[in-house]
Amino acid sequence: MAKSTSKDAQALFHSLRSAYASTPTNLKIIDLYVGFAVFTALIQVVYMAVVGSFPFNSFLSGLLSCIGTAVLAVCLRIQVNKENKEFKDLAPERAFADFVLCNLVLHLVIMNFLG
Amino acid sequence: MAASETSKETILRYAFGNVLSFFILVLIGVLAFSIRLFSVIKYESVIHEFDPYFNYRVTQYLTKNGIYDFWNWFDDRTWYPLGRVIGGTVYPGLTLTAGTIWWLLSSLNIPLSVETVCVFTAPIFSAFASWATYLLTKEVKGAGAGLMAAALLAMVPSYISRSVAGSYDNEAVAIFALIFTFYLYIKTLNTGSLFYATLNAIAYFYMVCSWGGYTFIINLIPMHVLLCIVTGRYSSRLYIAYAPLVVLGTLLASLVPVVGFNAVMTSEHFASFLVFIIIHVVALVYYIKGILSPKMFKVAVTFVVSIGVVVCGAVLAVLIALVASSPTKGWSGRSLSLLDPTYASKYIPIIASVSEHQPPTWPSYFMDINVLAFLVPAGIIACFSPLSDASSFVILYIVTSVYFSGVMVRLMLVLAPAACIMSGIALSAAFDVFTRSIKFQLPGATENSERDAGETSSNSVVAQNDVAKTEKNEDAVKERPSKKNRKKEKEKENVEKPSVKSQIKKKLLILPLEASIIAIFLLVLLGAFYVVHCVWAAAEAYSAPSIVLTSHSHDGLHVFDDFREAYAWLSHNTEVDDKVASWWDYGYQTTAMANRTVIVDNNTWNNTHIATVGTAMSSPEKAAWEIFNSLDVKYVLVVFGGLVGYPSDDINKFLWMVRIGGGVFPHIKEPDYLRDGQYRIDSQATPTMLNCLMYKLSYYRFVETDGKAFDRVRRTEIGKKYFKLTHFEEVFTTHHWMVRIYKLKPPKNRIRGRAKKSKSKASSTTGTKRIGTKKKNPWH
Repeated sequence: MAKSTSKDAQALFHSLRSAYASTPTNLKIIDLYVGFAVFTALIQVVYMAVVGSFPFNSFLSGLLSCIGTAVLAVCLRIQVNKENKEFKDLAPERAFADFVLCNLVLHLVIMNFLG
Repeated sequence: MAASETSKETILRYAFGNVLSFFILVLIGVLAFSIRLFSVIKYESVIHEFDPYFNYRVTQYLTKNGIYDFWNWFDDRTWYPLGRVIGGTVYPGLTLTAGTIWWLLSSLNIPLSVETVCVFTAPIFSAFASWATYLLTKEVKGAGAGLMAAALLAMVPSYISRSVAGSYDNEAVAIFALIFTFYLYIKTLNTGSLFYATLNAIAYFYMVCSWGGYTFIINLIPMHVLLCIVTGRYSSRLYIAYAPLVVLGTLLASLVPVVGFNAVMTSEHFASFLVFIIIHVVALVYYIKGILSPKMFKVAVTFVVSIGVVVCGAVLAVLIALVASSPTKGWSGRSLSLLDPTYASKYIPIIASVSEHQPPTWPSYFMDINVLAFLVPAGIIACFSPLSDASSFVILYIVTSVYFSGVMVRLMLVLAPAACIMSGIALSAAFDVFTRSIKFQLPGATENSERDAGETSSNSVVAQNDVAKTEKNEDAVKERPSKKNRKKEKEKENVEKPSVKSQIKKKLLILPLEASIIAIFLLVLLGAFYVVHCVWAAAEAYSAPSIVLTSHSHDGLHVFDDFREAYAWLSHNTEVDDKVASWWDYGYQTTAMANRTVIVDNNTWNNTHIATVGTAMSSPEKAAWEIFNSLDVKYVLVVFGGLVGYPSDDINKFLWMVRIGGGVFPHIKEPDYLRDGQYRIDSQATPTMLNCLMYKLSYYRFVETDGKAFDRVRRTEIGKKYFKLTHFEEVFTTHHWMVRIYKLKPPKNRIRGRAKKSKSKASSTTGTKRIGTKKKNPWH
């Protein structure tokens, strides 16, 4: 039982990797960016757990900055993904412009909130 | 050639339709604005009621001292001796809006007073709200329904009651913000554009600035997202509409000082975070499903789902631990009384004492939304055919708002837009069916041409000479493609195909000619009734400013302007730093109109302080004097309606004073003021009641008015007619006795009074020659 599970897991891992390998490079870059943002968020959470959350607005803005960046990048990734039929008529340039605008708003708010 | 002309004609038709709906919208805006001007025409351009006076005062401060002083404003003229930090405890949206409008106008050299701007803010924003309703309904069901809903909203009585000219309260701008936020959410959901998601977050920010009701949005949208996920309607558009909103919205909400960290700390917002996590899990599942083969996906499901469940479980456990650790389970009293309608009346008398926090009665539904109540179910049915993401949102909106309006009469206001949207959809759908069936049954030629038009438009060959039939066909063509488009957004350029389909569909929905003519007539009649009711409600029921009262009697119109008379007396005859005590209802008005320091006001943030005033009002004279003296009070103001029959006076509110006072100071017991469970002030009343300060201040010298001391509100003769005051002296009573102001006697007078009392009761204390002052005074 356990063996078959691990076998399944391996097969799954392989197929995941092969499926992922076929994604275009620009999407991979976005994925890396998302991963980095989430990683930074995790570091901040760990830091908060260890040191304390005293300037709570700073912690909050740092964390939400990371999460917000990640979420917006995921949105961008959804929009520029060629396989998404829903966004076929949305130009990647437009998607990127929206992304930049949204990030601008996000980080203006964060700078305001940082204290 | 023919094809190009056809397309030109369609473009022309669209342009004509757009221009027409633009003009209709302008007219709807004018209607929404002008129907709210009854209060200015019938009375005058004044600020209404209680809370608007505070908002007006804050706006004055803002325009005088600027934004930075406004944020740091510590108001020492209220809640004496505590004071209140205005900048951090007020929803600034309304004030900033009106301040901006005023600043804009004055920089354009249009010299309007701040008061004028404040008076007309609400009507202006109700016009905006009806335009926002148009946009929202258009996103859900097309332009026809949108116009209908906008017209209905422009004059729905429930909304009028909160937004007549002069009703300068948070709700006035908040309803616009609410509808506009919903519109942008739906727009993002339909288009999947990050641009609209950003706008949505900013609109949400404006809503948070404006009204505490923003929690409705931040709970309703997650509910809708959850509904979509559960019913298998997840799409990446849903992700784009929701995830950025949560992050940006939370950040923006914490920028508003009054919300601050509450945006992440209180349970009202936890639902959105939970759904935020869930949507990420779901998005990941869909993504993996997309890149894997179905077989491998089955294997993957077990892993991903189990991991997701574990993560969710962990987060849930953390949340529950957090919530359980806070004393009120993290919910504020007002929100708790929403979920459990009996909560407030059980635990918080100060919330229960406000009449707009009570559950509504059935007639108030008819009064406030009138025929919409009957059209809403039809609208819900229309929303189910076809069910889209947008229409499911509207359904969820109406269902939740019906529940909330049943809990608190004030939230009828949230129900009103939903009811308007639903009724707009219902009416539009009904008109659609009826006019179509009439069109088909009109003289045979039309039917043929109709069929022709249907076929020819699909073949891109149309008979040019027949202008009449194309005109007749116009609205069907105009409506149909737009609806179909919304249903299937992937094929946007397909205008011809749906029209063929709709042609087929049309034939199935034909009603007899007579029936549809009668039905249209009846619907128009229904709409006419609605309009008549709304105009009546706007003119008669909801436009009274409540600081100026009128009454019609056989000898004409009487105007009672006692409140302003009293406040003017205060501001002219008392020292600037004198403290005035009154029940909290009149706190805002006293600070705004008389510019005197008050002990408690309508903000009700400190229950103990209010209970102190309540205790003083329900104590005997001496104890009350001591309480008031300890608070540096110079004047006591009571509102008394017994002479003119003004029902919402202090005697009618008195039981709440007893309850709130008794909640903090247990020596005040409610049964002491009730005779066999009945609240009465006639000769059967309890001695505690007849000796309490409120009774005495209200009925002092009342017997002099008509000799019998007949109270017109309670419709009875009062219990104790002849008494005199030892610790208070009457300094001012308004023309109709509606406001009576008393001054606390200084202590030395009290000592002299005591010395005299021991010698002879008959000697007069102040030299007044009142009838019956020789009657026995219980305090002597």
